[in-house]
Amino acid sequence: MKISFILNGKKKTIDVESGMRVIDLLREHLHLIGAKEGCGSGECGACTILVDGESRLSCLMLAAQIEGKRITTIEGLSKDRRLHPVQEAFVENGAVQCGFCTPGMVMTAVDLLSRNRHPSRDEIREGISGNLCRCTGYQKIVDAIEAAAKDMKEGDAE
Amino acid sequence: MMREEKKPLMTGTAAPRLDAWAKVTGRERYAADLYSDRFFWSGAKRAGIPHGKLLEVHTEDAKRLKGVVAVLTSADVAGSNRVGIIRGDQPVLADKKICYAGDPVALVIAEDKDILQEALDLVTFDHEPLPGVFDVEEALRKDAPLIHEDNPWGNLLRLVSVETGKGASAFDECDVIVEGLFETPFQEHAYLETEAGWAYLEEDGGLVVVATTQTPFRDRNEMALALGIDAEKIRIVVPYLGGAFGGKDGITVQCLLGLAALHTGGVPVKMWLGREESFLASVKRLSAKMHYRLGVKRGGAFHTLECKAYFDTGAYAGLGETVMTLGLEHAGSAYRIPNVTIEGSCVYTNNSVGGPFRGFGVTQVTAAMEQVVDMAAQRLSIDPLAIRRINAVEKGDKNCIGVTLTHSTGIKKCLAALSEHPLWMEREGWKMKAGQFKKRGVGIACMAHAMGYPAAVPDFANAKIELTMEGRFRIYVGIVDMGQGNASAYAQIAGTILNQDQGAFELVQPDTGRTLPSGSSSASRTTYVYGNALIIAAEDLKKRILDKALSFFKTARSQDIVLGPGGIGHREGKKKISLKKVAELFGETERTCKAYFRVPAATEMMDRIYLGPHIIFSYGAHLAYVEIDTLTGCIEVTGYLAVTDAGSVINPQAYEQQVHGGIAQGIGFALSEEYKVTEGRTDTKSLATYIIPTAMDVPDMVSIAADGVEETGPFGMKGIGEISISGPVPAVANAVADACGIRVPRNPITAEKILQALGKQNKQERPR
Repeated sequence: MKISFILNGKKKTIDVESGMRVIDLLREHLHLIGAKEGCGSGECGACTILVDGESRLSCLMLAAQIEGKRITTIEGLSKDRRLHPVQEAFVENGAVQCGFCTPGMVMTAVDLLSRNRHPSRDEIREGISGNLCRCTGYQKIVDAIEAAAKDMKEGDAE
Repeated sequence: MMREEKKPLMTGTAAPRLDAWAKVTGRERYAADLYSDRFFWSGAKRAGIPHGKLLEVHTEDAKRLKGVVAVLTSADVAGSNRVGIIRGDQPVLADKKICYAGDPVALVIAEDKDILQEALDLVTFDHEPLPGVFDVEEALRKDAPLIHEDNPWGNLLRLVSVETGKGASAFDECDVIVEGLFETPFQEHAYLETEAGWAYLEEDGGLVVVATTQTPFRDRNEMALALGIDAEKIRIVVPYLGGAFGGKDGITVQCLLGLAALHTGGVPVKMWLGREESFLASVKRLSAKMHYRLGVKRGGAFHTLECKAYFDTGAYAGLGETVMTLGLEHAGSAYRIPNVTIEGSCVYTNNSVGGPFRGFGVTQVTAAMEQVVDMAAQRLSIDPLAIRRINAVEKGDKNCIGVTLTHSTGIKKCLAALSEHPLWMEREGWKMKAGQFKKRGVGIACMAHAMGYPAAVPDFANAKIELTMEGRFRIYVGIVDMGQGNASAYAQIAGTILNQDQGAFELVQPDTGRTLPSGSSSASRTTYVYGNALIIAAEDLKKRILDKALSFFKTARSQDIVLGPGGIGHREGKKKISLKKVAELFGETERTCKAYFRVPAATEMMDRIYLGPHIIFSYGAHLAYVEIDTLTGCIEVTGYLAVTDAGSVINPQAYEQQVHGGIAQGIGFALSEEYKVTEGRTDTKSLATYIIPTAMDVPDMVSIAADGVEETGPFGMKGIGEISISGPVPAVANAVADACGIRVPRNPITAEKILQALGKQNKQERPR
């Protein structure tokens, strides 16, 4: 089937098998390997992308579901080779270790900050509780999101 | 997207790691991220039964399926078909026997993932079921079914015993004796990146394997033997790993991928385990049963320790016996104990295969020892911190196996820092403020962790650094970076010596074709051993650069010129020569410096323990705040302090990352993580049932680096990777006991167990 959607700001129309998962579409067909598969069943959050600005698990979505939607992946987050404030804060605050959860975690954080510009640490912890990280103990991730919230200007959200 | 910053790197200063930019933008290519226009998928048919004789594997139906490239069995393996670094007892593809549910019986190669799955379902096998053995003590009974018939000690893989002083007879001289049976379950690493790889044959017959492994050079030799290929023809490439924690220490997908690549006519082949298969087939932290008895003098001095332990290595030896041995070496934690009797049995069962996991056996024994220490303190009415300060080892003391500590020994400093911290000073006030139906407790624990391999195993690294023609520096990283940031630490070390900024460095990740053998990414050794080698190589390169650059200046003395970011200048003049210009003066081979370093090792008491003792240890003292809901049994760790002696700190940010991560995994082990296997079959098959901490389960943690310098370490550091995981289980258990007088001797300490124990306690307290 043919589907059309906006991928990282560019219009795409492609022919895909109807049952294809969005994560496979991104990784295997569009060569966007930033979204990771850590479980394939919606538990780890490593495959998180934004669909119309809201965080979604690309391992639990079928290609047909993104028809007409606006998709943002980690590759589309930084603009003109400039890191998004959340990415910048992850780097500066040491929120990245092995990095396998990082793309999904960053997308979730971007979504969180678009809904709540000044979350408390507890709200941040709750906001990212669907994204597992096995390296950091989350503290520096929380620090990073807190720092990003401070640095971000209105309109930076996505 | 590298930042343009020309500040030279400096050890001791926090710096974002080099890999952070590529990782945060999603551009870093992990082993699972390789694809090409044409490639095949491969996967293993897992046995699914715990014990049986393998009679015949039926591959015909799978082979007939359209899109199946090949279906291979043990008959297609040309070499020994065995892996396992010590015993070589694990088959690449099962041949005679199935010893656990994760044993692979066939390997399928197919054109896409769906066909692969369909074909795997079509592979069947005939077997004769054998009775299984799933408990360590049952496995040692005379009539127990044998798992490896050729093992001369039945199901006993290795017995290790150590006795010092008067051994157990010294219990007669003790005023107080406390004892307990403690158990720790299997723990799953649950790295976010499951095992993955990519392999292909080159035109000259060379086999290239890109894989998730902590041990590329060791794997190459193992693969060569198992598959019957010349080791020289195998090249293993290891990108940054998406976590490993010991779980990728050794062969996982490498042999299967290599075998597959031999049957695809040069087409690359990919393998990427799903989460369920990763859980089933990967190694686990060995479960342990530990009988502990501690004898103490009235004043609080530890006098006698008896530890009898059983470690479950599961179906294959792997590194199980070394895991247990390191545990036994730390059976007495960080204390002086003149008389000890330690005995450990590492036992085969039909459970999941045991293997390395951050902490490597030390986490298990520390859970037990630090609880009996609290029990002794309680009996003697001594404060738990005071009893630890009385017994903590100092440099020059003997550790629990009788080896004299000759290197930096900072546990007393850790305890001093803990005693002065507000979390300790203000604990009573915090406990008093518990709300209705809540109980609060505070627990502490000490820990030690040896660095590097045991004395009998040469522990070395070969560093290699190159001045590139562009005037930059390329470090050939010999040891895998599984996420701990050792590769960045190498840049920081070289940057400090060469006075260069972060942007001047390129890191070549481990590749048996390009980097030099430097051992495994394990044992809290990576920065210490490779860093030491790199210091020598970088100093050498610096001298060469200055010598060459002299020709540009009107001086003959190299001390008149200075190497700085991007170039060389005169101390007094303004003239500056770029590194690119200097590089042009070098011959091809001169631009590269290599150096070897071997970790100092024990030379005495080699027969004290299997493979010999360690001599360099890191230390830690932890404190946990715990709140228990008496209505639900729910337990929450609300505060945590870790004071660590790992020598000087190279990068405070990376140091904290290691401490935080270890604590979080330890809290998971303390409260929720248990890889459950019933009669050899996994009950916890996914991240929905195997519960690792989320951001809501870990508190904000305080990490303090105790003052101290390890004289033999690069810039004074020693290992930081593992130590912190051993604190949370006993610190939390001690806090629970402090809160409500309950001791749960088997982690995880779940709400269920707490509620049960509280119920029992209420019954006993109720008047008849």
